[in-house]
Amino acid sequence: MGIIEAAKLVFEYKKYDDNGQVESTKRAVDGVDLNVQKGDFIAILGHNGSGKSTLAKHINAILVPTEGTIYVDGKDTKDEENLWDIRSTAGMVFQNPDNQIIGTVVEEDVGFGPENMGVPTEQIWERVEEGLRSVGMWEYRKSSPNKLSGGQKQRVAIAGVVAMHPKCIVLDEPTAMLDPTGRYEVIRAVRALNQVEDVTVILITHYMEEVIYADKVIVMDDGKVVMQGTPREIFSQVDTLKQYRLDVPQVTLLAHELRKAGLDLPEGILSRDELVEKLCQLKSKN
Amino acid sequence: MIRDITLGQYYPADSVIHRLDPRVKLGGTILFIISLFLYRSFAVYAVAALFLAIVIRISKVPFKFMTRGLKSIMMLLMITVVFNLFLTPGTVVFQIWKLKITEEGIRQSLFMAIRLVFLILGSTIMTLTTTPNNLTDGIEKALRPLNKLHVPVHDVAMTMSIALRFIPILMEETDKIMKAQMARGADFDSGGLIQKAKSLVPLLVPLFISAFRRANDLAMAMEARGYRGGDGRTKMKPLIYKKRDYIAYGILFGYLGIVILTGVFVKI
Repeated sequence: MGIIEAAKLVFEYKKYDDNGQVESTKRAVDGVDLNVQKGDFIAILGHNGSGKSTLAKHINAILVPTEGTIYVDGKDTKDEENLWDIRSTAGMVFQNPDNQIIGTVVEEDVGFGPENMGVPTEQIWERVEEGLRSVGMWEYRKSSPNKLSGGQKQRVAIAGVVAMHPKCIVLDEPTAMLDPTGRYEVIRAVRALNQVEDVTVILITHYMEEVIYADKVIVMDDGKVVMQGTPREIFSQVDTLKQYRLDVPQVTLLAHELRKAGLDLPEGILSRDELVEKLCQLKSKN
Repeated sequence: MIRDITLGQYYPADSVIHRLDPRVKLGGTILFIISLFLYRSFAVYAVAALFLAIVIRISKVPFKFMTRGLKSIMMLLMITVVFNLFLTPGTVVFQIWKLKITEEGIRQSLFMAIRLVFLILGSTIMTLTTTPNNLTDGIEKALRPLNKLHVPVHDVAMTMSIALRFIPILMEETDKIMKAQMARGADFDSGGLIQKAKSLVPLLVPLFISAFRRANDLAMAMEARGYRGGDGRTKMKPLIYKKRDYIAYGILFGYLGIVILTGVFVKI
């Protein structure tokens, strides 16, 4: 059994009028099946309003499905008793770094999660050190979060989740508010966690460049899963992606256009080195 | 620059006073204030002044930081002194027209001035040597018995520390909104008081909306990290009394003893 298993998951946002009557309902997630294995790096892509953030909030039991089920580490999120277990199994990092840091000192913020779990004091300090070291923020442990850059704050937020020893981390557009340097720092930290600590990662994003390292990419549109596969499989379908208002990495797009122009290149080229290599091969053939 | 503003003007230094448990400092401040109001005697104030001077010396905080707190009460101090000076009945020492200065009046206004100044100095030492967070922790732990009376001590303390964390963020936000409005021709500086207050509306509305949005996000982030109130929570930095804290308590009660003795036996 996978660490996250969702079956026919439906979630509806209800809008109420002044009398408390349901005025309208909006289906944000519509019949999603999801199966994530332990240690996977999953990327969820989608245009704004595609339901990807809503889906992510189900994994942490912040939202409970309207219909269907979702099991996290074998526990049903609908069951109130499982709530705290699920929240320590699946940690969550949000978009705005300022709005998720609780402590006034970096180390205190990282300790917040373990404190809530009732971890004994000495172990909290071990976990804080471990968490901060895993994202390369140990030197900043005494700083005030207000003096850090966006990328650093987001790494502190990740450390805060790591300190809770989760089996799975859900990152809901963690890089949306960051500059390119900050984005790079965060993605590097996330990849290290996945590869070194074998933590399951679910990365929600709309930056294509961040997706190429994933084991599996899921594309969502209008609450439904519309594409699934390895990054190479997904990015070889440039035209389908465009239909869902998504871009592909620039290199992939360039290769795609060259191919259309008549060059004999394979579909789904993901990195610059790969493209250079293929082009050199072509040249030597001629 | 706006990022550097801290509440309670903590002065970082490495001194015994800084390292003391915040509960000791809280208790000490209260005890010191009580000692000021026990007796109306110059001898007692001399003891208090000596005690204060020693504590300031140990705390390694420059004296000019202490006096900053006094500036804000200068007005209040003047009014108290003037009223006490002229309105206390008793033996007249000096008279201009209808204004009489009495011997009792001079005594009284001196007492009031000394009390006010010492009171501010005493509590400034506490805020200068304790980080706001440490202070909230101290208040939380010291008031814990009130939990039995269903006072939500933990919740209040948590709210306070979150408020402290968000002050600089909201300041920065205010700054940003203000600049954005100014770029579109808003004028925050000219006009009378009413005009100025009116011009603040376009600043406050977006600020409030954004503050609520932040609160919503923060609540979600806290829940996602397993926060469920104070029950079953452990502390990363628990407050545990150390040897120096007991010694400090001893010194404080020693000081109170001396004050009482002086008050009873020395009549000046």
